[in-house]
Amino acid sequence: MNRQTMTISLDVNGQRHVLDTAAHHSLLDVLRNDLDLIGTKECCAEGECGACTVWMDGKAVNSCLVLAVEADGGEITTIEGLAGEGELSPLQSAFIEEGAVQCGFCIPGMVMAAAYLLEHNERPTEAEIREALSGNLCRCAGYKRIVRAVQRAAGSGP
Amino acid sequence: MSIPNVGPPAGRVGGFDRVTGRQRYIADLRLEDALHVKLVTLPCARARIVGIDTSEAARVPGVRAVFTAADLPDPMPRYGVHYDDRPVLAVGETKFHGEPVAAVAADTLDAAREAAGLVTVDYEELPPVLDVRGALDPAAPLVVDPDLRPGDPLADTNIRREFRYAWGDVDAATADLVIENTYTFPMVTHFAIEPHGFAVSSDESGVIVWSSIQHPYILQRVMARVLGLPWSKVRVIAPDPGGAFGGKGYPKFEPLLAFMSMASGRPCRLVLTLEETFQAVRRNSAEVRIRTGFDSDGRLRFQDIGADFLMGAYVDISERVISKSSHLAAGPYRVPNARILARALHSHTPPSTAMRGFGTPQFTWALEQQMDEAARRLGLDRLEIRLRNLARKGEEIVPNDTPADGDWFESVQKAVDAIGWSGPLPEGRARGLAVGIKSSATAGAAYSIVRFLYDGSVLVLVGTSDMGQGARTILTQIVSDELGVPPDAVTIVMGDTAAAPFDYSTSASRSTVFMGSSVMRGCADLKDQVRSIAARLRGLPPDDIGVDRGMVTFPDGEEKGIVEVVQEGLGPVGGELIAVASMRGEADPSHPIGGRPWFYEFNCTAVELEVDRLTGEVLIHKHVTVGDVGKAINPLQVESQDEGAAIMGLGHTLMEHLVLDEHGRIANLGALDYRIPTTKDLPLDLESVIVENEDGPGPYGAKGVGEGGLLCVAAAVASAVSEATGVVIRDLPLTPERIWRAMSRAGVTPSGASRR
Repeated sequence: MNRQTMTISLDVNGQRHVLDTAAHHSLLDVLRNDLDLIGTKECCAEGECGACTVWMDGKAVNSCLVLAVEADGGEITTIEGLAGEGELSPLQSAFIEEGAVQCGFCIPGMVMAAAYLLEHNERPTEAEIREALSGNLCRCAGYKRIVRAVQRAAGSGP
Repeated sequence: MSIPNVGPPAGRVGGFDRVTGRQRYIADLRLEDALHVKLVTLPCARARIVGIDTSEAARVPGVRAVFTAADLPDPMPRYGVHYDDRPVLAVGETKFHGEPVAAVAADTLDAAREAAGLVTVDYEELPPVLDVRGALDPAAPLVVDPDLRPGDPLADTNIRREFRYAWGDVDAATADLVIENTYTFPMVTHFAIEPHGFAVSSDESGVIVWSSIQHPYILQRVMARVLGLPWSKVRVIAPDPGGAFGGKGYPKFEPLLAFMSMASGRPCRLVLTLEETFQAVRRNSAEVRIRTGFDSDGRLRFQDIGADFLMGAYVDISERVISKSSHLAAGPYRVPNARILARALHSHTPPSTAMRGFGTPQFTWALEQQMDEAARRLGLDRLEIRLRNLARKGEEIVPNDTPADGDWFESVQKAVDAIGWSGPLPEGRARGLAVGIKSSATAGAAYSIVRFLYDGSVLVLVGTSDMGQGARTILTQIVSDELGVPPDAVTIVMGDTAAAPFDYSTSASRSTVFMGSSVMRGCADLKDQVRSIAARLRGLPPDDIGVDRGMVTFPDGEEKGIVEVVQEGLGPVGGELIAVASMRGEADPSHPIGGRPWFYEFNCTAVELEVDRLTGEVLIHKHVTVGDVGKAINPLQVESQDEGAAIMGLGHTLMEHLVLDEHGRIANLGALDYRIPTTKDLPLDLESVIVENEDGPGPYGAKGVGEGGLLCVAAAVASAVSEATGVVIRDLPLTPERIWRAMSRAGVTPSGASRR
């Protein structure tokens, strides 16, 4: 096995980190294991479930598919950085108010994907919301409530 | 009855932590000094293990232990819920693809993975048993060594158990129409988004087991047994599971980690990959042969049902899945004559376990399609034939068992209204409707400790798990309402056998009924204690004092808050009021399934859909799910659970199916190739309707919910697909390919354009 390590620099939620990482470690590995940002979840580890969604340089990515070394110099936002400590963004509040949260394991990734959508489309249609979240699996299948939460946060609710 | 705090939406307890990423699931726990474990498996289901060379693996820096069967006690310790049948590591022969033959523990996960890849196993692949026919072939290899089944008359077969139920006389029954068909229900997997995780630490004082388990007390019992420890020396800490659906009910790799921890002197942790989780749990696949007799009016004369369930290599809880679901195989109908034979079969496939619906969806799939076929052959409306047979409230459906406990006609009517059953259909659309019923828990015990603290806040200790169904929220609502305490001042402590008292399990949609009742009783006890204190302080008989919703009322009309009275009564040294309560459902050994169900989950599902004649793809325009819940203590949670169950049902209806290759490996192993519903598979309109008649055994007349919405989805969709295309499909899932092939065979021509 390649045990080569590299030094990378990441800006995570506005804080700069310089750390050594194994060449094969993913951004998800670094966030969870090196930076202890456990809000980002791991499920399929192959880019299908969306549980590990974070923003990198302003784009929503599956952090399991990004090598940590690829993220070098990048600006990362995780679920922990979406709102101030002890605060909720309007989108997070909407998730609670609409009953979109069940077991909650998919929710950090779901919120990050939905927040990304709202960054780029302030008033998405229901079809656009379904499209934007189709890469985020929820087995409790709170999809209907999740879509409503995004609509509520966007002020475009039913 | 006025129930101020019960009914309107209450904020989900734990919601804040879940939307901010603060919720700690099993994989988020950090254990000082823990070793990371990686399993070693073979690329086939069944193989004779000739030899295992661990020397190269052991040389990887950071590796602390490489375990094989030789490192475990001889004979190999075995464990399970029904039987001690599952070895801690494979010994002699592997029984399914994914069964570990060795395990590595290392300082880092990287080292463990590298070393696991360096364990060399010399093995000889053997022909596996992979399906019902293979299991029943007289020449089939025996999955379970007969020596492990002493005194079992079926030990020289792959049949573990046969369950027979009968009433009336099927052979003597006459019928105007007899329909006989075979239906199949595929292997599907739970696919909780949180993969399973486990950790164990051990020392001379006992073991601590961390697990994403639904039933911490069952894990405690099994661990104590396999390790030879008193229960008090096994502490189970169970963080809220990130979805479970039955799949996280029973022990998996906790015993292995315990032996590795005892040997290494370090805590050991193992978080499965999603692929390993697929290999660890699945739903029982089933083949249901059913012969149904009707009179010319469409009234049921008999049901003759034979079902083969493919359990897999080890029994887990599947024997109960099969015995319990088959007892109710004739469904929610009046059936004068019935004969049911259900067989639990072993195979070289991953062990199956409980999964939402607990065997019932397999039967419902067959039963409801029979009703449709009878309706077509007798020229009856598909709704009408169901109404003619559905049991009325109070009528027996299985002799000497719990009678129909709800107004099921009301549920059906609500579905009919919501889907517009008789209304005009847009071009190319069709509707389908089906009903389903599942037995709830038959026995169990739920203990709770309710502590009224000096400042008026309340601590509730329960062994129930909150796995997404919202048990914390329901219990908080109940306490808040009963004691007049704001919800924010109630804390529910769960998931630690050293803190919370015994709860039988978090299964069978029981928690609101069982634990909810237990906590209600605890609150009633506390109110009695307050009454006694108030009586003592005033020198009055307790009966003269009222305690309700946080207020103490004296005969002279004076009112005081409970807290004031408690503080006055306890005096300056302080203290607290403690109530220990329980809700027990005793087992009845004379009952065929060990006791009468406490309630039924009844559901009626109706859909309106279209089938793309060119591709066979199904587009669901509207999906209505109606559940008879007795009382919705939290309507939002009831609806969310029913909607979730409905969508999970659409999974096995339209797309989900574990495919095995000839080596017994899951060919579609992982999220890339095993599809579950996404936002884009959501019906265009999904409506959940609640029937509330306060006729359940739980608090405020509640029944359990959460499984009903899944039971009859496949039959309702298939009913509409048949209506739309004229073809009948008796195997799930109804993939576009399967529908297209059926249409092609039947000569159904593409008429009209494809959708969109």
